[in-house]
Amino acid sequence: MARYQNLFTQVQLRAAPEFGPPLRDASFGRTGQPGFSYWMGKFGNAQIGPIYLGKLGIASLICGFLAFEIIGLNMLASVDWNPVQFVRQLFWLALEPPAPEWGFTLFVPLNEGGWWQMAGFFLTVSVLLWWARTYIRARALGMGTHVAWAFLSAIWLFVVIGFIRPLLMGSWAESVPFGIFPHLDWTAAFSIRYGNLFYNPFHALSIAFLYGSTLLFAMHGATILAVGRYGGEREIEQITDRGTASERAALFWRWTMGFNATMESIHRWAWWFAVLTTLTGGIGILLTGTVVDNWYLWAVQHGYAPAYPGTGVADPAITGLADPALAQGTQP
Amino acid sequence: MSVARLMTAAPIGAALVLAGCDLGPKAVTQTGYRGTGMAQVTDVSDIREEAAIPADPYALPADTGPRAREVYQNVQVLGDLSAERFNHLMAQITQWVAPPEQGCNYCHNPANLASDEVYQKVVARQMIRMTWDVNSQWASHVQATGVTCWTCHRGNGVPQYNWAMMETDDPGSRNNRMGQNQPNANVGYASLPGDPFSLFAQGEYSSRVAGKQIYPAASGNKSVKDAEANYAYMMHLSSSLGVNCTFCHNTQSLGAWNLSRAQRATAYYGIRMVADINDTHITPLTPVFPANRKGPMGDPYKINCMTCHQGLNKPLAGVSMLARAPTLRGPVGAVATAEDVGGAAARAATARQFDAPAAVNTGPAQAPPANSPAAQPATTR
Repeated sequence: MARYQNLFTQVQLRAAPEFGPPLRDASFGRTGQPGFSYWMGKFGNAQIGPIYLGKLGIASLICGFLAFEIIGLNMLASVDWNPVQFVRQLFWLALEPPAPEWGFTLFVPLNEGGWWQMAGFFLTVSVLLWWARTYIRARALGMGTHVAWAFLSAIWLFVVIGFIRPLLMGSWAESVPFGIFPHLDWTAAFSIRYGNLFYNPFHALSIAFLYGSTLLFAMHGATILAVGRYGGEREIEQITDRGTASERAALFWRWTMGFNATMESIHRWAWWFAVLTTLTGGIGILLTGTVVDNWYLWAVQHGYAPAYPGTGVADPAITGLADPALAQGTQP
Repeated sequence: MSVARLMTAAPIGAALVLAGCDLGPKAVTQTGYRGTGMAQVTDVSDIREEAAIPADPYALPADTGPRAREVYQNVQVLGDLSAERFNHLMAQITQWVAPPEQGCNYCHNPANLASDEVYQKVVARQMIRMTWDVNSQWASHVQATGVTCWTCHRGNGVPQYNWAMMETDDPGSRNNRMGQNQPNANVGYASLPGDPFSLFAQGEYSSRVAGKQIYPAASGNKSVKDAEANYAYMMHLSSSLGVNCTFCHNTQSLGAWNLSRAQRATAYYGIRMVADINDTHITPLTPVFPANRKGPMGDPYKINCMTCHQGLNKPLAGVSMLARAPTLRGPVGAVATAEDVGGAAARAATARQFDAPAAVNTGPAQAPPANSPAAQPATTR
């Protein structure tokens, strides 16, 4: 008979499903007859359901479904309702924002960007409702609201790109299309238009936090797995004891790099790195075009762009250059 | 298939699918200062083979004897040529342009060679004027190599690579794609606007999109949409020349000229040459062309970078054919001195600076182009 020894030898239970504690402050009961899935048990818990949707969850799903349908049906319409072409060209298809001549008009005709506005509206409402749901569910379980605030950081970047920056720029056309390749091409064009986004210091911070997040995730995940034989997943209850997984994990890092996180601080680090990725990213996008028009030139002015020897090529569009040395670009 | 075998096959399959974009060895050539990513990546298994240039039908005769206008009727542009040279050029044009089964009759009424009733003859006359213009006015792009009919035509009545305005959807229709978001070979199969030519290969619309100064100007700022159109045209340049972005640009700042290679100035003139030729020599022929020589919007098929380059950064691998058709060099008296700011001097300066790495990073940051406000105050560190 299988026995639970540590987190590597988990046993999937098949018994009466766990229904959780009684609901508080809830609109409805939990829904769905719980079941078990062997393969889901390989990724997480084998028990599926019940789920608590509530009013916010249902409203969020409806809004998300509307946005998904508006985007998908517009893409399908763009291939003249041909399902074969829809599949073949799916990666290229898009729902585009209004063209520049519409400015920040609130109600653009549907086929000229109005559908994009509507999809963006419903998607934003859906995400915000889901945010409220994470907040309220956490409170109902007597938890802190860390998940909700981290989620809000991602929503911040989303709303900056889709609404706040277009508002400040006075043009919906500055925003991103819905679509797989189209949103990637937009990203590249955005960087080209604003003189290389890599010289945007908030973009740089965002990348540092993004890569830092992956590093912290790898270090923490690896450490806990490595002390699995001592019950490392039971982090907190072991903190004060000697020879525990927790102490070994801490000593490993102290001996390896002279310094170790604590069971508390490692989670705060990870939380802040993840949150700051989108928080600084959103600031970087918000400043682009509104405050700074060319990040490369900005970086040159602030001594932030590395200087390389010039190639001596001058802009042919500059006429009337009397000084040949200037024409060769050899003078600063 | 067992789970274990599936688990092994799946990553290998995924790797093959991803690498399938461009299998095979690559050659990398450094083209700029170390550490700046200035390099040409060439797929050595996919280098464009240059088709053989046909030998002349017979040796070039001397430009002596009676003039063409004295011998033939209705010779409007080549009248000052000797009749011998004139006939030689006609034989070359037949070989370079006319379908073999039609020969002279592709342009001429065999019963009356002087007649202009065949539209191809009217077009050919304009194309000779165009070739003169390219060789005499656009040395900034074609250098002394120049072009002949063969550079574009390669034995075809209509050059193989051309463009006409894309049929656009009604902007108010639900299936409107706004001219983009479909796989299009013109722009390297990106989802970028598929017809950048209407914007940039005619007229005088500036392709420059990056901010000209640090802070936003009060007006005249270009939209990200403009950047997408510009990016699309650059994809066309890249695939037409068989090069990547760093053939001309330094990606530190795509817009900064003092970081770019001299090739960018050549391309700058090329972009303007293409628009000038289309506007001056091809679009005015619109009433002459029959419907099957026009695109869906009723404009004639025009040239872009691919028309001459055909996948090589130097058309015909840089071979000049002007010596065998000196007439096409253009009227000598009208040769203009093209402004070649980024020419030989710049190339020499480039080599000099790249050969002296000790000089690097000792001065302040290189200033942006001299007319930019950012260039005025000295940079501080």
